[in-house]
Amino acid sequence: MTGQNSTVDIILVEDDPNDAALITRVFKKHNLTNKIVLLKDGAEALEYLFATGRYAHNPSHMSPKVVLLDLKLPKVDGIEVLKRLKADQRTKNIPVVVLTSSSEDRDIKTAYDLGVNSYVTKPIKFDDFAQVVSQLRMYWTLINKPYEPS
Amino acid sequence: MMDKPNQMDPVEAENVEIVIIEDDLNDAELILQVFRKLNLTGQCIFLKDGAEGLDYLLTQTRYVNPASRSTPRVVFLDLKLPSIDGIEVLRRMKADERIKRIPVVVWTSSTAEQDLKTAYDLGVNSYVTKPTPFDELTNIVKELIWYWLRVNKLPTR
Repeated sequence: MTGQNSTVDIILVEDDPNDAALITRVFKKHNLTNKIVLLKDGAEALEYLFATGRYAHNPSHMSPKVVLLDLKLPKVDGIEVLKRLKADQRTKNIPVVVLTSSSEDRDIKTAYDLGVNSYVTKPIKFDDFAQVVSQLRMYWTLINKPYEPS
Repeated sequence: MMDKPNQMDPVEAENVEIVIIEDDLNDAELILQVFRKLNLTGQCIFLKDGAEGLDYLLTQTRYVNPASRSTPRVVFLDLKLPSIDGIEVLRRMKADERIKRIPVVVWTSSTAEQDLKTAYDLGVNSYVTKPTPFDELTNIVKELIWYWLRVNKLPTR
């Protein structure tokens, strides 16, 4: 995961390896050219998106089609990542979809208050989860038009 | 004779989940055809300009008026609208504590970089450009409805 970030389509911030594997597989199954970067905790996600620390060599202007963000993450949690992304001029335009097992009203409200683009809960059953991820892929890579600065 | 899409009375609509602010009657009619196929006509309302759209959202929704049965799960918003334009509607929605959490999808023929940037800066949830062939439009409207009604999750109140 070095360089070449200008072509990244999907940034997946997910610490659960099983969920990450399923999501990556669904995205790749339909379109092998979808470039996915997997980041395993909130601190790494912030470094990646703001091109600091381990990712200081990243291009500072990158525009992925979507960031899929888990909420319960090691080091820096998903709500804090969302807050920082949406509070910064450089990153606030990037669509962020919270993808979490939490259906607590408090989390949902906080996410919307911070400007999340969409909030999706992970279904428990494997098939349902795959179906939801498939919808997510369709919507955020084919239907939604991201802002891509020229 | 086709129904006029904007004749739906806000008070009559059963439980409005989709609010469409669109001044182009042809576009509105195409969208309405999709809703008919999906048996969703009772759950959507068409408003034909920005002022009407804002007025509806700020008086007729449950977020503002607890007696109302209208709890929009999504607003589809055209950009070029008479009276108050779509960007201004978006700005006012996202600045209003009562209705700022309602997802707004800009639904427009504009692919201008400035429109995209402004919409995302103001906190639009999604930006979708209208495709030209009808078949494609039908499919996209179906995906939009499916996503915002069934996949996306909102707070209960």
